[in-house]
Amino acid sequence: MTHTEQVIEVSGLRRRYGPSGEAGYEAVRGIDLNVGRGELFALLGTNGAGKTSTVELLEGLEKPTAGEIRVLGHDPYRERSRVRPRTGTMLQEGGFPSELTVAETARMWAGLTSRARPTDEVLELVGLSHRRDVRVKLLSGGERRRLDLGLAVMGRPEVLFLDEPTTGMDAEGRADTWKLVRELKEQGTTVLLTTHYLEEAERLADQLAIMHKGRIVAAGTPAEVVANQPARIRFTLPAHVAPARLPLTLPVAVEGRRAEVRTQHLQQSLTILLGWASDEGVELADLDARSASLEEAFLSLARQGDELRFEGGGANGDAADNDGMAWAAGPQDGVRA
Amino acid sequence: MTTATVAHGRVSTLSRITALGRAELTLLLRSKASLFTVLFLPVIFTFAMRQPADELDLAGTGLTVGTVLVPASIGFVLIFAVYSNLVGVYVARREELVLKRLRTGEANDAELLSANALPSMIVALVQSVLLLVGGAAVLDLEAPQRFDLVVVGVLLGLVMMSALAALSSRFAGTTESAQLIPLPMMMVSMLGSGVFVPLEVLPDRLAEICRFLPLSPVMELVRGGWAGTLEGGDIAAALVIGLAWAVGSVLAVRRWFRWEPRS
Repeated sequence: MTHTEQVIEVSGLRRRYGPSGEAGYEAVRGIDLNVGRGELFALLGTNGAGKTSTVELLEGLEKPTAGEIRVLGHDPYRERSRVRPRTGTMLQEGGFPSELTVAETARMWAGLTSRARPTDEVLELVGLSHRRDVRVKLLSGGERRRLDLGLAVMGRPEVLFLDEPTTGMDAEGRADTWKLVRELKEQGTTVLLTTHYLEEAERLADQLAIMHKGRIVAAGTPAEVVANQPARIRFTLPAHVAPARLPLTLPVAVEGRRAEVRTQHLQQSLTILLGWASDEGVELADLDARSASLEEAFLSLARQGDELRFEGGGANGDAADNDGMAWAAGPQDGVRA
Repeated sequence: MTTATVAHGRVSTLSRITALGRAELTLLLRSKASLFTVLFLPVIFTFAMRQPADELDLAGTGLTVGTVLVPASIGFVLIFAVYSNLVGVYVARREELVLKRLRTGEANDAELLSANALPSMIVALVQSVLLLVGGAAVLDLEAPQRFDLVVVGVLLGLVMMSALAALSSRFAGTTESAQLIPLPMMMVSMLGSGVFVPLEVLPDRLAEICRFLPLSPVMELVRGGWAGTLEGGDIAAALVIGLAWAVGSVLAVRRWFRWEPRS
């Protein structure tokens, strides 16, 4: 299937908060992206990279400081009434009156939505039928996200914006959500989403872009983005082996006794390393070799621009499943990758 | 693909306002504090004014205790049920991110804001009618001389007070401060707009200034229309000032209303 029609077109997009000059802050610094009909586009990035700021502009909630946005051929901010009936939106943070029940909230939203699905069908779709008479304030975080998702898809939108749809959901909720998103995509819905779950993005996205400090630092299919990244081998050198004894043909970085090889040719590099270790009778402790993943690509791209501080994460890079992968960017300006 | 159905089945403005208004009414009925403000405060204040009104020197004003008290009750309805209550409603919907979420849907800004105000306005309207009829019966009041002016006054008051509430909500960051923010405007209106004390009883110089306060033309139209004490020039002046406040506050809302919490 080829996608020729561009459903979302963005060029030179900028968003600035506060006054011009030092006092203000530019969250989005010149972004271009295109999403074809029926595609699932994942926007990834560290916290504070500008994902939500970008998505809110695409949703038409705010006017861009500069740049051009077309959603289904229209400006989503100025031509709100033409775009809204064809889009569905799930904000990063919900927003439904806490004293209404689930069913009342759905009924209200149905009254605001063209060609709305019946509320029972929507609640069934997101697994909230048994909670229909419960007030929103008594729902769990995950259930609130389910309700939010249900309302976003109520009007069978052509374009669906999902800002971190699975954050706060348990494993089952996440699985259900992705199943629903996949079904909608199969029915032809164009989806633009942001997520912290890189594995899911890697599996489901047709296209993705990694944002860092307001810019897109990598874009393409998951395979393309990953392909540009090196595989890596890690190991610990025994105390009596000096790093200088390592084979010169290997691009090794050593810190203390921890050594790391970054390579485009994993098999070849690994052969060299293991051959050397065998010849020299050296035992490589904690040996770990892995081909590039989106996770690795993400970390490496984020590292390129500036120094990053990992807040409370594990040290072994197995962060793909961490719920709130928390990153904080340094204060200096990013460098375009 | 669903593109073929896009042109059809668009939901109407009426449907949107009904859906939002119904949800808003449900919320009003579930909030004891709001219900107290909307239903009881206007009645309580009206009763509390009975004694002071009896003691007013109304000689030469053309007014009676009835034409002081009954229009005052309308003033209390506008101040409590509409203005004060709606400040809280707008702040709560904004801080819970309800307004932001609603703006991702098909309702436009005017529909959202008027639907938020709708239940309070309807309750206020019903209350006004009940207070007018009931008050008139209890106080043995004659029917209004110029009923049209009374109606115009009430309608202007509803629009103006709703818009001023939306505007005031900008200055409250939390639902707690939303209880303090309305106070200045409430005090000014009760004291200076002829709710507690008719402007006719105030010193002339002061009354001249007070005529320009937002609720003053509303009170003038309701009280003067009822008692038949309002003449051509005064009617025109009240209408112009009232209209200016109503239109001006609506325009100000379009320009300055805050849809999202301060980040």
